[in-house]
Amino acid sequence: MNFDLSQVKLREVNQALHDLPEAGVTETIHLHNPRGAHAVACGLRVAAKIEAHGPVGYYCAGMNQKAEITVHGNAGTGVAENMMSGLVRVKGNASQSAGATAHGGLLIIEGDASARCGISLKGADIVVQGSVGHMSAFMAQAGRMVIYGDAGEALGDSIYEARLYVRGSVASLGADCIEKEMRDEHKAELTELLSKADLPVQIDGFRRYGSARSLYSFKVTNASSY
Amino acid sequence: MNNQSPSLRESATYNRHIIHEIQRAAETGIYDIRGWGAKRALPNFDDLVFLGASMSRYPLEGYREKCATDVVLGTRYAKKPLHLKIPVTIAGMSFGALSATAKESLGRGATAVGTSTTTGDGGMTAEERLHSQYLVYQYLPSRYGMNPDDLRKADAIEIVLGQGAKPGGGGMLLGQKISDRVALMRTLPKGIDQRSACRHPDWTGPDDLEIKIQELREITDWEKPIYIKVGASRPYYDVMLAVKAGADVVVVDGMQGGTGATQDVFIEHVGIPTLPALRQAVEALNELGMHRKVQLIVSGGIRSGADVAKAIAMGADAVAIGTAALIALGCNSPKWQSEYEKQGSSAGFYDDYQDGKDPAGITTQDPELQKRLDPEVGGRRIANYLSVLTMEAQIIARACGKSHLHNLEPEDLAALTMESAAMAKIPLAGTNWYPGQAGAF
Repeated sequence: MNFDLSQVKLREVNQALHDLPEAGVTETIHLHNPRGAHAVACGLRVAAKIEAHGPVGYYCAGMNQKAEITVHGNAGTGVAENMMSGLVRVKGNASQSAGATAHGGLLIIEGDASARCGISLKGADIVVQGSVGHMSAFMAQAGRMVIYGDAGEALGDSIYEARLYVRGSVASLGADCIEKEMRDEHKAELTELLSKADLPVQIDGFRRYGSARSLYSFKVTNASSY
Repeated sequence: MNNQSPSLRESATYNRHIIHEIQRAAETGIYDIRGWGAKRALPNFDDLVFLGASMSRYPLEGYREKCATDVVLGTRYAKKPLHLKIPVTIAGMSFGALSATAKESLGRGATAVGTSTTTGDGGMTAEERLHSQYLVYQYLPSRYGMNPDDLRKADAIEIVLGQGAKPGGGGMLLGQKISDRVALMRTLPKGIDQRSACRHPDWTGPDDLEIKIQELREITDWEKPIYIKVGASRPYYDVMLAVKAGADVVVVDGMQGGTGATQDVFIEHVGIPTLPALRQAVEALNELGMHRKVQLIVSGGIRSGADVAKAIAMGADAVAIGTAALIALGCNSPKWQSEYEKQGSSAGFYDDYQDGKDPAGITTQDPELQKRLDPEVGGRRIANYLSVLTMEAQIIARACGKSHLHNLEPEDLAALTMESAAMAKIPLAGTNWYPGQAGAF
């Protein structure tokens, strides 16, 4: 099944994808000429392989369930936002809020991700082969983020129970985010994540970050952090 | 000491409440957090009256002639607009802030009279979906419990930018209300003091919001009406931008709107009252030529059928109730006086929703307290109250000669005070003038 978005309206394409049989499809579906269109392949709920050939706009693969979506190009704001399951791979760079609030599944960004990557993460896994911008993992509740490159300012600000792994430099940590010991179980977890992402498994040099849990209760002594 | 003695003079600036608050702050070092909405006196719908029919207007017979009450919400773009029997809806209140039995009661009551209820921060519960014929699913900055399956189950989607009790503020749910179920739904550790974000995580500003709405429409195949809810601070601009962003329905919540837990200073000092907010919202819609095309729901201090009728006369398509619905369920009932007193409160004053110890079983997650609210009984109370609101509004509309509530208009109103005349741009009673208007008498 192929769609040329220069010829077919996005609405028709998304409707066709929503109408796929519940059992899923094995044939890869190709989307040509997305040309930065917003909401490409969002709201899928069946197992299917989708390949978008070119850059996509905002919210590509938004709220994805079960589908495996690859973007051969850059992705705009909110790629795979609120993903529930499945896999989304961006072969290029991703704009702001990549994987925002995602509950499940795996988001792989082979390039860089901009600000607020993994914001309010709720259980999904995100692997970024490049670097991430400021305020990434802000208020991240659950799930895991792996960053091969550098992290911008205020990483993990107000983080809850998400776990962050960074190999490069961290410009600064946000409120209540601290570096934590990298134990064997974390090395195993990192190895598993990199393997799942089909990226080089080089865990040397990674550091782990998470919540100090000091902001979990309102205290007058924390006033400057609120 | 007799505090009624004429020899004693209480300071207007430092009255007993202010003295208590200063000393409470000095003792605890933390601001006051509470539920309910603004408690200060504000210009409101009581400051308006209707001009019933007379020589120049023809009334309808109160017990015979039809006065329709239905409203259709979401006619602009949605494939499946909501056709409600009455223009009074139940506002968004979260499971977490409210008990599961309270949420079920609201759904049952709304369904019985053909109107909608709304989820809240924390997601959709199975109980409220099951018992709500029309359920509006709130899409909030926190995205707690947000999932596409529930989005598709909803009858409408309400993108929440803010609420009247705290425009510009996020939410909070204190640890005592984070039960196992609430924690699971929100993907948070049990018992923590939970914060809800004040900004959406993946869009900024009206241009982005337009794209976000497109995404939500695509995910739901353009079936669901999309509401945008704003807390009243700059409603003229916010409504314009909401329309520009593609809303089917705009919800404007005035500062009398309630909250489950917010700082007192925020509740009382941020935002504007419902009265001017409604007038500004209608002005924005009229200026865009979108009045009645993009529907307007107003909330914040709606208590009676008179309030409903006045809001509609000023240009609202429907209203939403929150605090009044909780009161209808039994919140602040004298029945619980002794228990309120044990908590340092009293019937008529109770606002400690944040504590989770509500004797009425409404704003609590305590399993034993929740049992005090029977959802079937609660549903009947809500249905009764909604019916009374509707009948009261009909009585007024018929007296003004209107065969549909939506035929009420600003011309049917007069203002009793300079403030309300200025805020609502309704002429002061006995004149055709309101402050700011020249050339009238």
